Amino acid sequence: MILSEKYQLMRKNFRNFAETEFTTEIREQLDRGGGFNWEMHYKMAKYGFMGVKLPVEYGGQGGDTLAYVLMMEEFARVCPVLAIYANTPNSLGGGPLMACGTEEQKKKYLPVMATGKKKLCFALTEPGAGSDAGGTLTTAVANGDDYLLNGRKCFISGAPVADYAVVYARTNPTMKGNKGISMFIVDMTLPGVSVGNSEHKMGISGYPTSDIILENVRVHKRELLGPLDKGFSTALKTLDGGRLGVSAQALGIAQACLEESIKYARERKQFGKPIAKNQGISFMIAEMATEIEAARELIYNTAIAKDAGEKDSAMKCSMSKYFTTEMANRVAYKAVQIHGGYGYIKDYKVEQLYRDVRVTTLYEGTTQVQQMIIAANLLK
Amino acid sequence: MRIYVCVKQVPDTSGKVAVNEDGTLNRASMMTIINPDDFNAMEAALALKDETGCRVTAVTMGPLSAEGMLRELIAMGADEGLLISGREFGGSDTYATSQIIAGAITHLGLQEEDVILCGRQAIDGDTAQVGPQIAEKLDIPQVTYAAGIEKQDNVLKVKRLMEDGYMTVEVQPPCLITCVKEMNSPRYLTVKGILECFHKPIMVLDYEALKDEPLIDSGTIGLKGSPTNIFRSFTPPQKGSGVMLTGSAQEAADALVSQLLKKHAI
Amino acid sequence: MVFNSAAVGEFHDIWVFCEQREGKLLNTDFELISEGRKLADERGAKLMGVLLGSEVTGLAKELGGYGADKIIVCDAPELAVYTTDAYTKVLCDVVMEKQPEVLLIGASHIGRDLGPRCAARLHTGLTADCTHLDIDMDKYVDFLRESSTVDVDAVNFKMEDTNLKMTRPAFGGHLMATIICPRFRPCMSTVRPGVMKKGEFNQEYADNCEIELYPVSLTAEELKTKVLEVVKEAKQVVDLIGAEVIVSIGRGISKDVELGISLANELAEALGNGVVGGSRAAIDAGWLGSDCQIGQTGKTVHPKIYVTLGISGAIQHKAGMQDAELIIAVDKNDAAPIFEVADYGICGDLFQVVPAMIAAVRKGKE
Repeated sequence: MILSEKYQLMRKNFRNFAETEFTTEIREQLDRGGGFNWEMHYKMAKYGFMGVKLPVEYGGQGGDTLAYVLMMEEFARVCPVLAIYANTPNSLGGGPLMACGTEEQKKKYLPVMATGKKKLCFALTEPGAGSDAGGTLTTAVANGDDYLLNGRKCFISGAPVADYAVVYARTNPTMKGNKGISMFIVDMTLPGVSVGNSEHKMGISGYPTSDIILENVRVHKRELLGPLDKGFSTALKTLDGGRLGVSAQALGIAQACLEESIKYARERKQFGKPIAKNQGISFMIAEMATEIEAARELIYNTAIAKDAGEKDSAMKCSMSKYFTTEMANRVAYKAVQIHGGYGYIKDYKVEQLYRDVRVTTLYEGTTQVQQMIIAANLLK
Repeated sequence: MRIYVCVKQVPDTSGKVAVNEDGTLNRASMMTIINPDDFNAMEAALALKDETGCRVTAVTMGPLSAEGMLRELIAMGADEGLLISGREFGGSDTYATSQIIAGAITHLGLQEEDVILCGRQAIDGDTAQVGPQIAEKLDIPQVTYAAGIEKQDNVLKVKRLMEDGYMTVEVQPPCLITCVKEMNSPRYLTVKGILECFHKPIMVLDYEALKDEPLIDSGTIGLKGSPTNIFRSFTPPQKGSGVMLTGSAQEAADALVSQLLKKHAI
Repeated sequence: MVFNSAAVGEFHDIWVFCEQREGKLLNTDFELISEGRKLADERGAKLMGVLLGSEVTGLAKELGGYGADKIIVCDAPELAVYTTDAYTKVLCDVVMEKQPEVLLIGASHIGRDLGPRCAARLHTGLTADCTHLDIDMDKYVDFLRESSTVDVDAVNFKMEDTNLKMTRPAFGGHLMATIICPRFRPCMSTVRPGVMKKGEFNQEYADNCEIELYPVSLTAEELKTKVLEVVKEAKQVVDLIGAEVIVSIGRGISKDVELGISLANELAEALGNGVVGGSRAAIDAGWLGSDCQIGQTGKTVHPKIYVTLGISGAIQHKAGMQDAELIIAVDKNDAAPIFEVADYGICGDLFQVVPAMIAAVRKGKE
C-alpha cells in the first residue's frame, strides 16, 4: 500500500521519536526488571501519543485507526513494551468509552487519559474466565444508588499503575454465558480495591501486570458504562480496535527481527564468507520478509476498512491479529536461529524480541478465539 | 511580531553517498533531510511563539519538491510556509542566495518587531554564510552561534557561543540570529499537527514575482551570476589500504608497537 | 571614488585578517600569514596583515616575523571586544580604501561571523573552510596530480590564470571542490585553524615589518548590538587542534563508557601526552563535551598519530582526521569503513586490545 503524504509524515515522526527516545539502555533496563518508566510515560503524553485515536474535542489528536496502527508498529519495532505505554487509551480503554460512554463519562475520563494525566486499565480476565468470558464470577449487586463489586481479576496489564479500571462484572446472575455482564469504571483508590503482586512474565517487562481484588467496592451507578447487562456484548464491538493494535505491535517486533537478522547475516562470517551467502539463511530471510509484507498489507487495509465502516472489518481485525501474531512468532524463531548461539544471549536484541512476542498470540483474545470469530463470521 | 525561519533541504550525507563518474555528487540517489541546525532554529521560533503568540513563517529556497519539507515544519508548529523557487535561482552561491531570500522577505514584509532565525550552517555547503549575508542585505544586526535566546520586552538577550565560553549580546529587532544545536532539543510532531498542516498556506514565489525587488540584482543570482564559481571538483584518491594486524589482542598490539617504533612514531 | 568590487584589475596584494582576543593573537594568524607569504610570492605581491582591537599595536611585529610586509592596525576602544557591526565597518573601510586582491580570514567563531558580512557588504565572493590555496596554475596542477584522481595531463589548463584557486571539501568530505571568484575583488577565503602550517619565526622579518596606523571611524548609531558580558567556561579546554597524538572514542565503547574513556586516556598518555577526542556519536551521547568532537561538524585535526576506538568511520568522521599522519583503528567489525583509511587496523574487542596496546607501548618505549 502506498501511504499518502500525511501518513508518511506520521510514520517518520513516530520512527524518529522511537529511535531517539527508546534507547538501548532504556530497553534493557525495562527488560531486566526496571519497573514502569514514568519519565517515558510523560514524554509520550506530551506529544499526544496516548490520544492518537481520540477526538480533538476530548483532548485527543483526532487521528484515525491507521495513524494508531503506524504508531504501534514504529514504537514496537524499537521497544515492544513501550508501544504498550501508548496503547490503552487508544484501544481497550478509549474504545468502550467512545462507543457507549455518556457525555459526562467521556468528558471526565477521556481528556485525562488522552493527555496521560491518568491511566486506565482493562479488567476482564479472571482465573476462571479467560477465553470464556461466561466464566466471569465478579459480581456487581445494586445497592441504593450504588453497586457493590466483589471478585478477582487477573493478568490485568497496567493494574499496578492505573488510576481507573474498566471492570466487567455480572449484574444479572440469571442470564447465562456472557450475557448479564456489565462494565463499570472503577476508581482504583476506592476502599476495597487492591492490587496483587506484579507477575514475573516471560517478556514485556516494564509494563506491570497483576491481579485486581475487589472487596465490597462501592461504585456509584453513574460509573456504569454502557447498557446494563449488555456490557460484554457491547464491548465485543469495540475490542477489534485493540486487535489491530496488537497486530501492529507484533508487526513491529517482526520487522525488528528481520532487520537484526539481515544485519547479523551480513556481518557474521563462517567458512570464509558471510552466512547470508548460504541459501539456508537467505531463504529464511526471504520467508520472513514476505510474511511481514503480507501482514502489513492486511493490517493497513483493515484499518482503513474499519474506519470506513466496512461490514467485514471486525472479522478482518481478527484475521489481522491471528495472522500477524502467529507470523511474528515464526519470524522471531527464525531470527534467533539465524543468530545461532548469540541469539540466546541477552546482549542481542533478538533474545528479548523472541520472549516479548510470545504473548501476542495470547492476550487480547488468543489465536483460537480469533479463529472462532472468523469461522463464526463465515459459517453463520 | 513575526519570526521568519530560514531552512534548507539538504542531502543526507550521514549515510552512504554515491559519486558520479565525473566526480560530481549523485544527488538523485540521496535522501533529502531538513538541515539539522534549522530544526533548532525552528524550535527556538516555536518557543517564542508559545511565549508571545507570534506568527512563524518557514522560508526556503529550493525546488518545488521542498514543499514537503515546509509541510513538515508547519506540522511542527509554524503557521505558514514560503517557498522561493525558480530556474533562474538555481546554482546560486551564498551571496546570490542571501540576496534572493532577503528580497523575498522584504516582499512579504519585515516589520520592526520581526526576527529572522537560521540554523548556523547547512551540512552540504558547511559555509555558515547565508545567515550573516541576509542580515547584511537587510541592513539588520546579526548574532551568530546562538545557544540561547531570551526575550525581555523589546530586546533579545542572546547567549553567543565562543570556542572557550560565551558572550551575552543584547540586540533589538529587527535582527537575525543563527542557532547552534546546543540551543535546544527540537520538539517532535504530533498527529494533530500533521493533520492540520495540510490546511495551512504555503506561498510560492518565483523569479517573475521577485525580479523587481530592489534587493535582487539579476546579474548576481543563479549559477552564472554568483560571484564564486566551481572551477573544478574532484574526488580525493582513496588512501592505499592499510595493514590489518591479526592474532590475539597481545600479538596484534605487539606487532603494532614494533611498526610504530620502526617509523619513529613513538 | 566609489568602491567597485567588479574593477578586478585595481586590486592588489594579499591580506590576512589577524584576530586577537583580549590582547592575544591566535595561532591561526601565524598559520595564515605563513600561507599568505607563499601566495604573495607566487603573485609577486605584498603580504599585509590587518589587526583590529584596542591597544593592540604592540602585537603587530610578531605577525611580521612570519612573513608579513606590513601590518595595518586599527586601534580603538570600540574594538576591544568583537561586535559584528564595529569590526565589519572598520574592516570594510580599510578594504574599500586600499583594495586588496585577496583577503584571508581564520574560520574561528568570530571569523565565520565577520567574513560573510564583509563579503556581502563588499559585493564579493567568499569561500569558506578552504584547505588548500594556489595562485600559480602550475602549482595547482601539481596539487591535483598528487591529491586527486584527475588525469591532469589530459586537461587543458589556462596557465596564465592568476585567480586564487580555493579548494575545500564539500558534501561532508565526499568531494573536493576548487572555487574561484573571477569577477569580483577582494577574493575572500576563510581557513580553519590548524589547516595551514605555521612557518618559522624570523626576527629580522619582524624587525623590518612596517606598521601603519589606520584611523578608526565609528559612530554610536552604527553599533547595533551590545555585549553585556564575556564568560569563559571553567571547563578544561581540550586542544585537539595542536595535539600530536589523539585517541578518539566512538559508539564502540558503549558497553562500558567509563572504562572506555579511561582506557583512551591511558593510551593517549602512553603514546605521548596525547589528548582524547570523539566521534559525533560519542558527543551526542554526552560522553565527551562538544569541544572534543572531531569530524565534519567538529574539529579538523592533523596529529602525528590518530587512534580510533570503536569508531565505524563514517565519512563525517573521516573528514576531520583523514590527513593525520598515522591512523590506527580498533573496531570489532572488520567491514567498518575506518579500516579503509587506517594505516594499521586491529579487528577485535577494544576492551581487550587497548590494554594490550598500552602494555606494549610502555614496554616498547623503555
